[in-house]
Amino acid sequence: MSNEELERQFQEKIDNEIKIEPRDWMPDAYRNLLIRQISQHAHSETVGMLPEGNWITRAPSLRRKQILLAKVQDEAGHGLYLYSACETLGVDREDTIDDLHSGKAKYSSIFNYPALTWADMGAIGWLVDGAAIMNQIPLSRCSYGPYARSMVRICKEESFHQRQGYEIMTHLANGTPEQKAMAQDALNRFWWPAMMMFGPSDNDSKHSAQSMKWKIKRFTNDELRQQFVDATAPQAELIGLKVPDADLKFNESTGHYEYGEMNWDEFWQVVNGNGPCNKERLDARRKAKEDGMWVREAAAAYAKKQEKKEKRA
Amino acid sequence: MSENANWPLWEVFISSKAGMSHKHAGSLRAADAKMAIENARDVYTRRSEGTSIWVVKTNEVFASDPNDADAFFDPANTKAYRHPTFYVIPDGVKNM
Amino acid sequence: MNQNLYKYLIRLGDDSLIIGHRLSEWCGHGPILEEDIALTNFALDFIGQAQSILEYAGKVEGAGRDADDLAYLRYEHDFRNALLVEQPNGDFALTMMRQFLFDAFRKPLFEALTKSSDEQVAAIAEKSLKETKYHLKHSSEWIIRLGDGTEESHKRTQDALDTLWRYTDELFYEDETDKALEAAGIIPSISKIKEEWEKTVNNVLTEATLTLPTNGWSYGKGRAGLHSENLGYILAEMQYLQRAYPGAKW
Repeated sequence: MSNEELERQFQEKIDNEIKIEPRDWMPDAYRNLLIRQISQHAHSETVGMLPEGNWITRAPSLRRKQILLAKVQDEAGHGLYLYSACETLGVDREDTIDDLHSGKAKYSSIFNYPALTWADMGAIGWLVDGAAIMNQIPLSRCSYGPYARSMVRICKEESFHQRQGYEIMTHLANGTPEQKAMAQDALNRFWWPAMMMFGPSDNDSKHSAQSMKWKIKRFTNDELRQQFVDATAPQAELIGLKVPDADLKFNESTGHYEYGEMNWDEFWQVVNGNGPCNKERLDARRKAKEDGMWVREAAAAYAKKQEKKEKRA
Repeated sequence: MSENANWPLWEVFISSKAGMSHKHAGSLRAADAKMAIENARDVYTRRSEGTSIWVVKTNEVFASDPNDADAFFDPANTKAYRHPTFYVIPDGVKNM
Repeated sequence: MNQNLYKYLIRLGDDSLIIGHRLSEWCGHGPILEEDIALTNFALDFIGQAQSILEYAGKVEGAGRDADDLAYLRYEHDFRNALLVEQPNGDFALTMMRQFLFDAFRKPLFEALTKSSDEQVAAIAEKSLKETKYHLKHSSEWIIRLGDGTEESHKRTQDALDTLWRYTDELFYEDETDKALEAAGIIPSISKIKEEWEKTVNNVLTEATLTLPTNGWSYGKGRAGLHSENLGYILAEMQYLQRAYPGAKW
């Protein structure tokens, strides 16, 4: 079969909402786009453990500590599901992780911002997980089967993540004046980075069109960002916090919120490694792998010895 | 990374409750079978999703070739007589 | 109030709380993602145990303190955990060795406590025993893999054993509190627990090709509230928000 014919059949499947599976024929560009996107997504999950992980030992009650542990652990699990999905495309998980550690692969920029106070645990759950869910729900219908299936699982598990964050914010907003100020400060710092999680504006997004045609993506960056603002702005108001955007207002005729300009210079600076915590995050991930290497070698060596023993027996 | 440190990939199958068949849940890395089962327990049953776990090394799974899908599976589509709805029975017959 | 039962529950609960705290420090830094998740499951089990044990301790005390009050508002000398559990994580071998030595103690202890004449203690032990059996399986397997793995892992694991050995004797500490509770059928005789512990430790360490330290000197006054320097740092972190914002609800 010619490549054109294979490609035609491939696109036909996608148009008919038939999932592409690992051993099916697929264009190289589709495979590469998926590898890039899924591994970035996986890296975001594992790097994303760090800002919150930093507060586990300081969580203010045993209940909060357990919730936070369970949430950060879920992120490790989600990273793992995604690395597994990525491996079905023929890349080794450790190679993709090495690309992260060498700085070649990217991850969500939001995790390069520091988690400075307990209220940041609220803001991250509410805003960052809130934004992530907007992105992830449509991805559970993505054309690539293993990616879609891991997203179904992830979305199901993440449903508590945003709620626990909003619950923290609600407690703080209704707490002492210091607690309320802490909550407002966290919202001030995380609002714009969360808005930028959806990526550049549609006019500047280079992969969007192809991604939509292949049904990896179903909504544009700006559409998702709008959904996020529409859902989140009233939630802030409900607990008496103010979104740090002077231009934010509800437009009666469109039924949507209008919002101000984003600082795209900062966005690109952070993407390119100049955010407040880029170095710390990568150093921490690298160290975990390097420190774990002798452990992996030991377990592999032990397994080999056992196999030999079994053969002899 | 050194070859000596790379653990094999395993496929994980979970039975959600007694009597149910094992369903593919995902994959993971482990150095040996015991570890694979424990890792599967920690990774794939954090929310009480399982009562039994199977693991198998990914490179020991053999799969049908998607290019043969037509020859393998389409012929079954024309054998409607294997299904109960194929048959006409008089109205009023009960328990059949 | 049953002063003895309160004291005992504090020891039991603090052991869970402090080792849970140490394990939670691994979250995000484990040797491989799968084990990161496993260690966090351990941490969750222990914090959960601490919550139910300390909650009950508060009830027994009858002064209106709940689990959070006990975890977050007591001072260094009020903590009664064994020194073993507050030792820093070190490398993965040290963490696993600490875990193994502790699990091997906790399993026979909880087994016996399921038969406690105190219903609440028996119920807590029942639930914790299930978790502990899994912990012991996981930590024993790791000790064997690491001990009998590579030259490097063997050395690290032997070092870990040599470092932690001096803290093991304290697990079998016994005073008037224990004797009174034992007489009342609330807790088992500690000598039986020690026998089982020795059996498990010998079996696993032998399979792991490790050598039992010969130094019998033991140091441990954690049960009397005298800790290593580590506990102060643990509490400074753990209690930070409660201390910085007195009375605030979270």
